[in-house]
Amino acid sequence: MANTSLLKLEGDAGITAASERLGMPRREFLQFCATVAAGLGLPQGADAAVAEALATRKRPSVIWLHFQECTGCTESMLRAEHPTLEKLILDVISLDYHETLFAAAGHQAEQARKTAMAENKGRYLLVVEGAIPTRDGGIYCKVGGQTAIDLTRECAADAAAVIAIGSCASWGGMPATDPNPTGASGVAAVLGKPVVTIPGCPPNPYNFLSTVVHFLTFGSLPPVDGLGRPTFAYSRLIHENCERRAHFDAGRFVIEFGDEGHRKGYCLYKVGCKGPETYANCPTVLFGDAGAGTWPVGCGCPCIGCTEQGVGFSKPIHMLAKVKNAEPPQQYPRIVEEQGMGATLGSAAILAAVAGAAAGGTAMVARNLGLSHKAEEAEKARTAGERTEV
Amino acid sequence: MPTTRPDVSADGNPRRQFLKGCAATGAAVAAGAVSTTAAARETYQRPPEALGLLYDATLCIGCKACVAACKRANNNPAVFSTADKLWDTPLDTSGYTFNIIKMYRSGTMTTKDDETNGYAFMKTSCMHCADPSCVSACPVTAMVKDPTTGIVAYDPQACVGCRYCVVACPFGIPKYQYDSPTGKIGKCELCRHRHKDGHYSACAEVCPTGATLYGRTSDLLSEAKRRLALQPGSVTTYPRGNLSGGADQSYEGYVGNYKQHVYGETEYGGTQVLKLSAVDFEKVGMPYLSPKSSASTSETIQHTLYGGLLMPFAVLGAMTYVAKRNVHHEDDAPADEPGKE
Repeated sequence: MANTSLLKLEGDAGITAASERLGMPRREFLQFCATVAAGLGLPQGADAAVAEALATRKRPSVIWLHFQECTGCTESMLRAEHPTLEKLILDVISLDYHETLFAAAGHQAEQARKTAMAENKGRYLLVVEGAIPTRDGGIYCKVGGQTAIDLTRECAADAAAVIAIGSCASWGGMPATDPNPTGASGVAAVLGKPVVTIPGCPPNPYNFLSTVVHFLTFGSLPPVDGLGRPTFAYSRLIHENCERRAHFDAGRFVIEFGDEGHRKGYCLYKVGCKGPETYANCPTVLFGDAGAGTWPVGCGCPCIGCTEQGVGFSKPIHMLAKVKNAEPPQQYPRIVEEQGMGATLGSAAILAAVAGAAAGGTAMVARNLGLSHKAEEAEKARTAGERTEV
Repeated sequence: MPTTRPDVSADGNPRRQFLKGCAATGAAVAAGAVSTTAAARETYQRPPEALGLLYDATLCIGCKACVAACKRANNNPAVFSTADKLWDTPLDTSGYTFNIIKMYRSGTMTTKDDETNGYAFMKTSCMHCADPSCVSACPVTAMVKDPTTGIVAYDPQACVGCRYCVVACPFGIPKYQYDSPTGKIGKCELCRHRHKDGHYSACAEVCPTGATLYGRTSDLLSEAKRRLALQPGSVTTYPRGNLSGGADQSYEGYVGNYKQHVYGETEYGGTQVLKLSAVDFEKVGMPYLSPKSSASTSETIQHTLYGGLLMPFAVLGAMTYVAKRNVHHEDDAPADEPGKE
């Protein structure tokens, strides 16, 4: 963490070795570190810390458990198109147990897990993918004869950190949909303590990767919100950064799929988009690195709220989202809006002076009028008197 | 009983008609015709085919799409109240803003539709009263209520710019374009200029949640009462757009915690725009009004006082008497003249 300049690391032997190990040019490796640091919302200089950590630290051992799920989280991670991402996933971390990616099978695989747990006691990362059935003693999901509940508790006991990947592991997700016959629950509920959750169906691989790199660099997991979601990825509503937001504000909505508004890319709120009540960074990070527009709303499909407990997989798609914030144009007038302001001292003084002058002037004019009339009368009387005398 | 109003739109030139009316009245008075004393005027009721809106504050999400659509439909410019002048941010209805979403705020403003520590939205636009004060106050025929649709319409050709309607309205709706030398009154006319193209009120057309619903007021009233009868929190079907015709755009939503009152059902004899809210109506700027309209009260007083020109004659008589008593002719006065020294 001492070095805060990425440029100084250019000639570093460790960096060169790390980039060779990962099979990518040195510069590309540094670019990746900068991207991860930026994705985490870390301050300037953190990119160098990330690069150093990736080059020097021992790869953390990762045990990856699969329960009630579709393996979509793993699949989407493997198919991320960021250059050499899959290399990094496999080389930045030491994946010691992963049922999908394992070459080993049966007792061999179970032995690998037990070995990794013993060797890295208190230092390995536990990643759980999929919901954990709790009904009837958890018999609805067993691996190697052990229930999912037992496996989770056993592996979590000596883990440095537990990460729940995907909505299923986060709170139960799709398997927990009403009536939830297997009693599917999230990892936090089974362990009885909060864990870091990376919800999504599937979650964006960068959100997971950045969390792991944060752990690797700083030895701790990134700050999370009340639901265990890292705030660097899940602190903003989809609605806030949505590319179709201007259509929402202007009242241009898709009324039905395939209509003129839909073809023009209008807002999908009326067809049930859950963006206004779902926290995720989908509109900014996008999916699959295939360029602009590659995320559900960008493709014309309303957000289903997969990262949000109580929305994804529970609120029907056709139901309207509850708009959770009242952001720009955020200016709402109050019921009674006081407009304008009272008279300032200066304007009151000027007004008083003008009024005084007018009143004084009028009085003077009136007085003079009277005087002249009196004078006229006196003159008339005098001439009349003279005439009489004459 | 609904009292029929003259259909002023039949005549091409309302001003001429107004002047004709003045002349006729003058002639009648000159002829010494004494009209019968006006009986107490009853509060007018909504026409049976009255059109209106139903605004359900519990459905409103505050997107202000209706404000934007209203501006577009009426060709109104943006009004700014912030320093950056980026967004159309009117603070109230004005000569250029006929519809606005206001916000009730309380304490921490955490929950929507909560009276304490909550917030709520309220649409402010013309209520299209059954017995409008603005029409009653208008000395010419610029503000008229359509006998069929009940839309309170404005005719700038007839308007003399007196702004009585601005003062008369209990909701503060008609507003004058003070910045223009040829200013007009601006107010919602339910987009009557768009009816012939098959359109209806732009605010209801665009509303994503059906918080603003267009239709016959009788239909809207029964829809409002249906909602009030539902259990709060239960799921029901909410229509969107035009309740009395057009494509079905309904969707399922949760029932709000309504105050058991349809605002506009009886206020001032009823309004054609109805409102539902979870927050007390007084607090969201909708005053409680008696079923008897102020227009009927004031017209009863005025027509009684001025019936048969009684009041003017009485005043003229009194003034003549006072003047007579106080005027002293020089001839009558005792010797006290100037010049007689």
